[in-house]
Amino acid sequence: MAEAGGHAAAVAACVDAVLGSRGGANRVFEILELLAAEEEEAVACAVRACRRLFGALLERGELFVGRLPAEEAALAGACSAEHKYKVWMRHRYSSCLDCLSELLGHGSFQVKELSLCTLMKFVELEAEHPLVEAEWKGGFTFPRELLKIVVDGLIPLNEDASLLISRFQEYMEYDDIRYFVMKAVTESIGQVMQKTKERPLPFYQQNIFSLISPINMPNKERDMVKFMVKQDNREEWKVSKLQAHKQAFEKMWLSFLKHKLPTGLYKKVLVILHDCILPYMNEPTLMIDFLTVAYGIGGAISLLALNGLFILIHQHNLEYPDFYKKLYSLLDPSIYHVKYRARFFHLADLFLSSSHLPAYLVAAFIKRLSRLALTAPPEALLMVIPFICNLFRRHPACKVLVHRPNGPEDLSEDPYIMEEKEPSESRALESSLWELQSLQNHYHPDVAQAAAILNQSLSEIEDDISGLLELSAYELFDREVKKTTTDVPLEFEPVRGLFGKKNDIFAEHFTLE
Amino acid sequence: MGKAGKRKRKASAPSGSRGPMKSTMDVVKSNPFEVKVNKQKFNILGRKTKNDVGLPGVSRSKAIKKRTQTLLKEYKEKEKSNVFKDKRFGEYNTKISPEEKMIKRFTLERQQNFGKKNIYNLNEDEELTHYGQSLAEIEKLNDIIDSDSDTEERGTLSAELTAAHFGGGGGLLRKKVSSGQEVEEEEKPKSRKELIEELIAKSKQEKQERQTQRESALELTEKLDNDWKEIQTLIARKTPKSEKKDKEEKTKPDEYDMIVRELAFEMKAKPSDRMKTEEELAKEEQARLQKLEADRLRRMHGIDEQETKKKPKHISADDLADGFILDKDDRRLLSYKDGKINIENEEEEEEEGRNEDSNENEEESEEENNEHEEESEEESATEDEEDVDADNHSDLESDLESEEEATGNKEQKNQKSSEKKSQDMKEQDIKMEAARSELPYTFAVPESYEKFKSLLTGRTIEQQLIMLERIQKCNHPSLAMGNKAKLEKLFGFLLEYIGELATLDLPELKTIDKLVLPLYNLCQMFPERASDSIKFVLRDAAHDMEEIIEVKGRATFPGLNTLIYLKITALLFPTSDFWHPVVTPAFIYMSQLLTKCRITTLQDVVKGLFICCLFLEYVSLSRRFVPELINFLLGILHISLPKKQAQGYTVVHPFTPVGKNLELLLVCDKKDLESWQKQNLPLSIVTRLKEASRTEMNHIRLSCLAMCFDLIKKCAALYESLPSFHEIMHPVRILLTQHVPVSEYPEQMQEWYNSALRELENKVKHYTPLVCEKKKPVPLKQYTPKIVKVLEFGKKQGGSKKEQERKRLIQKHKREFKGAIREIRKDNQFLARMQLSEIMERDAARKRKVKELLSSLATQEGEWKAMKRKKRKN
Repeated sequence: MAEAGGHAAAVAACVDAVLGSRGGANRVFEILELLAAEEEEAVACAVRACRRLFGALLERGELFVGRLPAEEAALAGACSAEHKYKVWMRHRYSSCLDCLSELLGHGSFQVKELSLCTLMKFVELEAEHPLVEAEWKGGFTFPRELLKIVVDGLIPLNEDASLLISRFQEYMEYDDIRYFVMKAVTESIGQVMQKTKERPLPFYQQNIFSLISPINMPNKERDMVKFMVKQDNREEWKVSKLQAHKQAFEKMWLSFLKHKLPTGLYKKVLVILHDCILPYMNEPTLMIDFLTVAYGIGGAISLLALNGLFILIHQHNLEYPDFYKKLYSLLDPSIYHVKYRARFFHLADLFLSSSHLPAYLVAAFIKRLSRLALTAPPEALLMVIPFICNLFRRHPACKVLVHRPNGPEDLSEDPYIMEEKEPSESRALESSLWELQSLQNHYHPDVAQAAAILNQSLSEIEDDISGLLELSAYELFDREVKKTTTDVPLEFEPVRGLFGKKNDIFAEHFTLE
Repeated sequence: MGKAGKRKRKASAPSGSRGPMKSTMDVVKSNPFEVKVNKQKFNILGRKTKNDVGLPGVSRSKAIKKRTQTLLKEYKEKEKSNVFKDKRFGEYNTKISPEEKMIKRFTLERQQNFGKKNIYNLNEDEELTHYGQSLAEIEKLNDIIDSDSDTEERGTLSAELTAAHFGGGGGLLRKKVSSGQEVEEEEKPKSRKELIEELIAKSKQEKQERQTQRESALELTEKLDNDWKEIQTLIARKTPKSEKKDKEEKTKPDEYDMIVRELAFEMKAKPSDRMKTEEELAKEEQARLQKLEADRLRRMHGIDEQETKKKPKHISADDLADGFILDKDDRRLLSYKDGKINIENEEEEEEEGRNEDSNENEEESEEENNEHEEESEEESATEDEEDVDADNHSDLESDLESEEEATGNKEQKNQKSSEKKSQDMKEQDIKMEAARSELPYTFAVPESYEKFKSLLTGRTIEQQLIMLERIQKCNHPSLAMGNKAKLEKLFGFLLEYIGELATLDLPELKTIDKLVLPLYNLCQMFPERASDSIKFVLRDAAHDMEEIIEVKGRATFPGLNTLIYLKITALLFPTSDFWHPVVTPAFIYMSQLLTKCRITTLQDVVKGLFICCLFLEYVSLSRRFVPELINFLLGILHISLPKKQAQGYTVVHPFTPVGKNLELLLVCDKKDLESWQKQNLPLSIVTRLKEASRTEMNHIRLSCLAMCFDLIKKCAALYESLPSFHEIMHPVRILLTQHVPVSEYPEQMQEWYNSALRELENKVKHYTPLVCEKKKPVPLKQYTPKIVKVLEFGKKQGGSKKEQERKRLIQKHKREFKGAIREIRKDNQFLARMQLSEIMERDAARKRKVKELLSSLATQEGEWKAMKRKKRKN
């Protein structure tokens, strides 16, 4: 503690000396040395001191403005002492920035956070007191290089920096920062991925994802009022145009998605794609390639890609060949078990709501869904049975599946071919829904009752399945447990011990030891 | 017409404020030429008639006015881009009153002028005066004076006013203090008083009349009595009764009489039921079981739930129908149990009587009573060993046997086992006898679980059982008021205790095995309480699992105690019911276990297989379909295979086609394969896998696999009747036929395998197309009027709430649609009329102009001609 206090005092003295007179300027090296120190405390002190020192210098305008000449040349040249001092100080400043960007990869989070905040403070100050000369009068300047350094520090190649990134999110509220971060990320992806030659970098990509996924794009140009840098006649600045933002956003995502992603990340991207990415793109149709590839992968990824694809088909006139065939092939036993079941069935409901679908197709879907239902848990069954009933209501031509009064007696085989990829070839219309008949014997009373509806003629009004989509097993359990009854039937066969029942299966396989 | 009515009402509301308008409306209404009456053909009760009178002229003019204000304006401004903007403050805002509007406008004007210096306005802050006094001051003064005078006046007035105007309450009060002083106020209260007096007088009179009537009636009866006495003495030569009575009252009762009476009232010996022969007993037992079985079946199919609910509420002929129920179950139960106790006390007579009681009760509700009988048998199996008579045991044995016969037991094996069990019991008896002697005879029911536990720990199984039994007996609900609640608690304690025994490092399963018996007895006594406690346990377990899933994303199998609880549930409650308050949640919970829990160790496999067995046991009678079971068995088989790519089947959650926990059950070691013998797995594996050698582990693996084959076989037998049996079993069959390395298995395993496969394969494929249930034919429409009870007037009857709502919406939509069409039509008519009038106007103007021109031309011509003529003349 004493040492830390000592550091603080020494550093404060240094800062005062440097700021006090130009004669004490050389003491700046002491601070910069401390930045590379071992102890955390010392480094933190030094970072704080840098912030104070260069903050003050920036505000005073004591740093060289313009393209920085090489140090030796400038010092040797015949210029005023003032000029030389400024150049020299500017060099110290840039070495300080280098140190700070290295500190973004420091072991302790405190130091990281501190240096991040310091850097961002410099960004703000530099924007106010630009270190580059404006190209023309009234031009806009923004410390893009500095921000690039920060962004590169935020997305290291081989460690998870999500904590620091989440700290950084508060700066993303500023419209200008967000704009330039998007640009910097695009640039960074281009550079890094080119080097790695299509080899996925899980940490890097994960970092980028956690940086760019929470980006909250403005909806209207009017909403864009929060700028870190206050520029005059802001309306003319490119950064204040929503169009430009969208463009940067689009470019960033496209360059991110251009490269191969790890599976987990793939899913995460697809989950947010439809409501966090697509609406903010200038041309959502550019996502077609990505989505088609994802849709073709199969399994959960395909299910997730469906949502984005739906938006493109529905709102952007995407023509997708063999869409239903593909959808049909997506149906496998896992759809009743995966996390995204609700989402999938919501969309499937949408896709199958068209009354212009041919009966054979709908019949194939019905048959396949019910065949797969033979392996489904009760919560999924409670959802899928009304779903199938709705399909019957929409497409009365499919009712032959449950009602074939003068069909052939005694088939030896179910005519439906499960393995057939093509719905039209699956002979679903020749079959009957024996699966749901089997489910009438399901152990869950609600499922059995729901399946029993098929024996009767259906009412005309569709069931609302939106409430059933999200049904979880625990809810189901809770519902049953909370039912109150007055009468509890009891077992009448007397107990003869734990495994003492007649033909107890347990007695055959277990012993009480 | 409907519209007219509505408008009329709307118009009439504000018209109150506007005098002349109202008067014109009245004029219009009273004018018979303006009013159109809709004649009604029939008067319908309860129907509100709102459109019986219409004012077509008024409504038409109103509609036209509205259209000129809106539609015509729009029409005229069509294709005109400049708009007239009215910037007057609040011109179209109806919410603020005109005064407020004016004030606001004034302030706005003032504000506008405030900044500008008006050079012509010399005195900026001028003060308005009236008679040389500042208006503001006058206002202030006035205010003060006003308020003062007002309050004074009010103060003086209030008393008088209330007295004068609201004479009622105040007047009465004062009247009581000083009555008859004020002349004006006397009249009204006086009349009231008179009324009251009159009332009192009347009631008194009535009372008197009634009294006199009664008196006369009494006199008459006395007279009649006397007459009768006289006649009686004539008829029978007996002392009159009244005299005798008197005598008796005076003298002490005769001893002889007393004895006679005692004898008369003494209970006669009643014929008791004869002892039933064994066959009869067996028959009764059979009948009882048949009835129970029928009940069970009915519940299994989930039909007649109403009836089941009604059944226990059978009302006897003696029921007072006052809704008072004297905890029937308990009473009957105790009478029986007391009987048992009374045997020990050698009060046979009473027992007989009570047994009769219970027999009577039997008629009332056979079922329950039977349960108690059965329970008593149950007890006899466990309790009656008090007297170590050999006879007793033979009884017991025969009892057991007869029971088995009655249930139509076909299997010899079972009988043997039960015999063996009774043998065991004999051995136990001796032990129990020893234990009995050590323990005190009375126990209080422990208040808390800790006390209960401390009571039981450190005792042998026999002692524990005896203690429990004694606790039950000493605290039987019939003996004291609070006993029922206490014993109800005991069930919970026992359950918890069993759970704790199962969680021990070395689970005391043998103890649990025995403790299940008292648990069953308690459950039979208090079904509600028992179901509540088990539900509670299940809810806890499910809740824990849900939390784990939320945190980790996957669940782990629960401990042995939960498995034991599930097993106990199957013992206590009928698992075949269509719906059961305890069993159905247990089903869902087990299904969750099989679908959500990740399988990472051999223990998980054993637990999973245990749950599979539970499932099979639960559905063994009802043959319900459990998809999770098949999925799980398939998964177990899958992890016993070497890793392969090609598959003809898909495993579902929690198993994955690829992953790290594959080959969990794979055994490659040749020696282990050969040395393996099918063994029953000890349940203690679940809590603690012994530091077993690899060989032992492999043996356990193989046993699991064998069990899996057996379970598949059982499933196949169970689901044979399902229409899509082959589809359900398809993946299992593929796996068995194509992927299982049969040849590597030892012989015994091959037997298991083959029997399973045989069971799968030898089922016939049989599909018949589905046909819906036939709809009831819709009856032809009849001309006889349909008479329906009208519950609420003006509402459509029939259909569910949803249906009604739908109908209502459809009707509303139709009505609105029609209305909209009508409005649009009228709009168009109006517009056409306007256009026509415009054209006519234009034409008329043109005609007029042409006429003018022509006439001016004519005059010109005339003048010119006249000039010409003049010239010529000239």
